[in-house]
Amino acid sequence: MNKPRTAGRTVGGLRPLALQGPAVTLLFLWMIVPLAMTIWFSLQRYNLLMPGMTGFAGLENYQYLFTDPALWTAMLNTLLLVGWVLVITVVGGTLLAVLFQQEFFGRGIARVLVISPFFVMPTVSALVWKNLMMHPANGVLAWVASLFGAEPVDWFSSLPMTSIVIIVAWQWLPFALLILLTAMQSLDEDQVEAARMDGAGPLSVFFFITLPHLKRAISVVIMIEMIFLLTVFAEIFVTTSGGPGLATTNLAYLIYIRALLDFDVGMASAGGVVAIVLANIVAIFLVRMVAKNLED
Amino acid sequence: MATLQLKNIVKQFGDIQVIKGVDLDVNDKEFVVFVGPSGCGKSTLLRIIAGLENATSGDITIDGRRINDIGPAERGLAMVFQSYALYPHMTVEDNMGFSLRLARVPKAERRDKVMAAARVLQLEELLERKPKALSGGQRQRVAIGRAIVRNPSVFLFDEPLSNLDAALRVQMRIELARLHDELNATMIYVTHDQIEAMTMADKIVVLQKGEVEQVGSPMELYHHPRNRFVAGFIGSPTMNFLPVEFQDSTHEGVQVTLPGGKTCRVPVDGTGVSVATSLELGIRPEHLNLQEDGPLSGRIQVIERLGGATSLYVQMDTGMVTVIADGDVAHKVGDVVRFGFEPVRGHLFRDDGLALTSLHQHPLTGIDRQSNRAPVEGSHS
Ligand SMILES: Nc1ncnc2c1ncn2[C@@H]1O[C@H](COP(=O)(O)OP(=O)(O)O)[C@@H](O)[C@H]1O
Ligand SMILES: [Mg+2]
Repeated sequence: MNKPRTAGRTVGGLRPLALQGPAVTLLFLWMIVPLAMTIWFSLQRYNLLMPGMTGFAGLENYQYLFTDPALWTAMLNTLLLVGWVLVITVVGGTLLAVLFQQEFFGRGIARVLVISPFFVMPTVSALVWKNLMMHPANGVLAWVASLFGAEPVDWFSSLPMTSIVIIVAWQWLPFALLILLTAMQSLDEDQVEAARMDGAGPLSVFFFITLPHLKRAISVVIMIEMIFLLTVFAEIFVTTSGGPGLATTNLAYLIYIRALLDFDVGMASAGGVVAIVLANIVAIFLVRMVAKNLED
Repeated sequence: MATLQLKNIVKQFGDIQVIKGVDLDVNDKEFVVFVGPSGCGKSTLLRIIAGLENATSGDITIDGRRINDIGPAERGLAMVFQSYALYPHMTVEDNMGFSLRLARVPKAERRDKVMAAARVLQLEELLERKPKALSGGQRQRVAIGRAIVRNPSVFLFDEPLSNLDAALRVQMRIELARLHDELNATMIYVTHDQIEAMTMADKIVVLQKGEVEQVGSPMELYHHPRNRFVAGFIGSPTMNFLPVEFQDSTHEGVQVTLPGGKTCRVPVDGTGVSVATSLELGIRPEHLNLQEDGPLSGRIQVIERLGGATSLYVQMDTGMVTVIADGDVAHKVGDVVRFGFEPVRGHLFRDDGLALTSLHQHPLTGIDRQSNRAPVEGSHS
């Protein structure tokens, strides 16, 4: 290799490494310190209610955790919550994106309104849903039910998981819509017209042209939402507190119960590690899928 | 068999009238080119024919049947878009067979038809590829193939070559003309490029600001432009215009005084023209000849030598004119040259832009594109 070529290069050599060093180190510490501490605590006997019992516990915490039926319930709840919210937001977001792409009077304002739930804090939106919408006595839904002479539903005790899914989906639907609407706008109008000339009706245009065009954006929505939905907490905390029983306890909430209600730091850390592993499995799986999607 | 008629087509976007009453007859197997400057409404007119846009008023008929209220797919037309508009997630084969798939044509038959079209366009090798993996020219051919597969009665093209480089454009131009002969189809072709119009058309429709300025064969438009706009638009470099003074009018033509004082009798019908009428002489650069004793003169400002021909940009008292001269002229910038023209090559325009009718019909005006090329093997006669 000739000397002159290396002069303009930005990869390889010591100098670039030195320049990247501080940022990489900072990010590495940022990630590794909490992770190491969590793993360390998960291997300790560490219960705040039993200060005497300390020391290395080995995999005891994990053993308790994996034999704890609550863990499996929480995992299942997590998957249910993530799955349903994804289905609702992606399907709803796609349909709404198609709708909001049409010309109609007041479209600009309607777009802003439909996206606004995303800017409401999760705690606030959960409170609004709990006290204004789903309250069995004062809620809007109860009032609607009474209009039809039906018995008001006590949402959080009879349909707890459904209620949480509705609240979370309400918050994330705008996000999906926002991304998909942007993607819609990049759809080449000529393609739609070419399809129309080829004999495609509105449904065929949707399935053969619009949906394939949105595929990429949809996978991005799924990936980003999944990352956030795995850790839903505020909505559960404010409304059902994980109940009734364990009906709405997801992993994040289980860790909270163990750590702050039972004061069992060791066990909570073990739960945290499990959550990290789970998130990583999902992430690797997803990143593959998205990467493959982005390729072609 | 497909003839197409437009009767008084008007198109309004809001308050703005974009197409202002267009009448047109397209005969069977004709290659019609809409040409005009950007924004004159060519695409809009084509989209109205395609059914992608509704006419505000007027009738569109195909073979005598009114099709205004028929959807784009049922009109039996196929359109090739400027952007190609290929479906990016489908292979070339699926792109070409999409219309058949929607029409629920069985797979085997679909494949046969796609293969047949692919053979015509030499696309057989590319059938498995996605549009992204094709060059511009190949994409263009796929877009044309998609139209062929539908076996339409009329092909519509909206500036299909404007995204290609110059060499490829020439090649595709020839290929399209060949295709027209081979498919024996009626074609309507939109372009802003007058060379494409001249080389491909049986019939050219010159549009300006939503109105038809002239309809005719390429040679008719070149030799007998109806008005100043058509005269300036058709031909390259563009026609020179010189202010002249009317002297008298006889059955042999109109006598005018050229800038510089010399006179000239242009063989056009001078009925109704008087001394009060201000006239303009139009003369094409290729019809001006350098002559020692020519009636016109000026100082050369710029010389462009192309080898075979030389363009001289000559400053006269009344403005700049372009002269296409022999490739071997030895003049330099700053030289004063004299030049003239055969009177029959001149056009006279009144101040309202209309041309005075020529007394001599040019012998080539009736010629169509078919007679310019060798007959295709297997085609009639
Ligand atoms: N959908 C539309 N809404 C409003 N004006 C339009 C629309 N489509 C075209 N126009 C106007 O109509 C005129 C003709 O457009 P077009 O037919 O695309 O011209 P071109 O001859 O360049 O193809 C232009 O002035 C354009 O601005
Ligand atoms: Mg156009």
